[in-house]
Amino acid sequence: MKKVYLDYAATTSVDPRVVKAMLPYFTKKFGNTMSLHQFGREQAETVEKSRKIIADFIGAKNPEEIVFTSSATESNNLALKGVAFANRFKKKDHLIVSKVEHDCVLESSRWLKSQGFEVDYLSVDKDGFVDLDKLKKLIKENTLLVSVIHGNNEIGTVQDIKTIGRICKEKNIYFHTDASQSYGKIPLDVEKMNIDLLTASSHKVYGPKGVGILYVRKGVLIEPILHGGGHENKLRSSTVNVAAIVGFAKATKILKKEGKSETKKLEKLRNYLIDKLQKNIKNTKLNGHPTKRLSNNINMSFFGAEGESLVLELDSQGVMVSTGSACSSKTLVPSHVLLAIGLQPQEAHGSLRISLGRFTKKADVDYAIKKIIDTVKKIRKISIFSYE
Amino acid sequence: MSNGFYTEETIEHFRHPHNFGEIKNPDAYGEAGNIICGDIMSLYLKIRKSKDKEIIADIKFRTYGCAAAIATSSVVTDLVKGKTIDEALKIDKDNVVKTLKGLPPIKIHCSVLAIDALSEALYQYLKKHKREVPPDLKKRHDHVEKEKKSIDERYHHWQLRK
Repeated sequence: MKKVYLDYAATTSVDPRVVKAMLPYFTKKFGNTMSLHQFGREQAETVEKSRKIIADFIGAKNPEEIVFTSSATESNNLALKGVAFANRFKKKDHLIVSKVEHDCVLESSRWLKSQGFEVDYLSVDKDGFVDLDKLKKLIKENTLLVSVIHGNNEIGTVQDIKTIGRICKEKNIYFHTDASQSYGKIPLDVEKMNIDLLTASSHKVYGPKGVGILYVRKGVLIEPILHGGGHENKLRSSTVNVAAIVGFAKATKILKKEGKSETKKLEKLRNYLIDKLQKNIKNTKLNGHPTKRLSNNINMSFFGAEGESLVLELDSQGVMVSTGSACSSKTLVPSHVLLAIGLQPQEAHGSLRISLGRFTKKADVDYAIKKIIDTVKKIRKISIFSYE
Repeated sequence: MSNGFYTEETIEHFRHPHNFGEIKNPDAYGEAGNIICGDIMSLYLKIRKSKDKEIIADIKFRTYGCAAAIATSSVVTDLVKGKTIDEALKIDKDNVVKTLKGLPPIKIHCSVLAIDALSEALYQYLKKHKREVPPDLKKRHDHVEKEKKSIDERYHHWQLRK
């Protein structure tokens, strides 16, 4: 059976060119970056080269501002917890976090709350954009950090982070953005965008799993959350994962060269897919902003059909996508992002996230369109609601 | 094919559900909703009297919900078809789960939903014919009605098929 993977927002396959670049670092080039001998030094140099590639890609002035971590989750934890604890003595203990953050930001903020920090959650409009007036109102004397995701992982909406960055800069507040989904799809410039901390992840951009970065602007007061040998400028102790870092750097190099044309290709495919689904299936709703969205993201609700059923039936037909339905979550609660943009629980219940990627072909999209049309019809036929 | 989360039996019932659809002029109708996840199920029964027995001659379902909700609906119709009302009243969620060779713990409530819809249909039937309602069934009905009210509020602007 044909297999069509349309869940690139969950993870991507490693580009063969990245694999090739990584391979020597498992066998011949295996030294520990902390070792004094040549095998160690050689590895340390490789990591610094990789750091420079990634720093340049996001417009960071100094490569030392890039901290390698194990994942976006770790980077986001480090950003929030590290900054919160480092600045506590200044009586700056108030954080503002958007309601549409990834769970790792939300959960970190909730934990900080349990540790005595103050957290406000910034609401969004029906398209998923944070309310900038509300942000200004939430900022107060003791506000330390604002965290807003760049490209939303569920609904694809891309925030105006440049303006958010400016607001924060004017008020002398740290600005963190989770750019895990936008890295490589939208040009990033930490200087122009006034970003103090930025998270990105390798496995979302055809690099290996197990490596991410946190950009930390020089001068930002931050504490490590992992203590030990003092790796990564004392911010992240752990033996350095050189092979993965080499892979992330190579994936970034490819994005630098091909990212722009890839984004164009994906946007075209994305719009085609949205158009076909809207024309062929009645009673749908596109979630997120129609144009200011990630090049590869489609999120739609199909009224009268439940998301987990849709995902599993599509899976049986070889099409792999995901859903924000309550039925597919461990807590039986619908996606917090879909609820934050004002969807009724039943609308979130029938949502599908379809995300395209580098290896998606037009024929794959056509196959998926056909299967989605059939599947929605099939599931609606069983449904108590009449939305055929 | 099992998918690691659901058993083969569950996937099979989900993909090829038995007895879905509706019965015109049913002798009994039951509807139940689950306030936790928002799933909703309806059952239509045709009851035939033969000698002193009342047999469920036909049964159909419509369900809005996840794979487990659809699979448990399908199983309930299988378990009930051809049974007497007294026999049908004895069917519980464990029978449903056993037929599917297990459900993930988080999906057990789907089997409860299927039994709720069945109980509701049987309650409505007994009520309509002014028959004695067993206390357990009455209790179940009160519970279903309560949940149903909150579900109806949630879906008030959606088009029900009835």
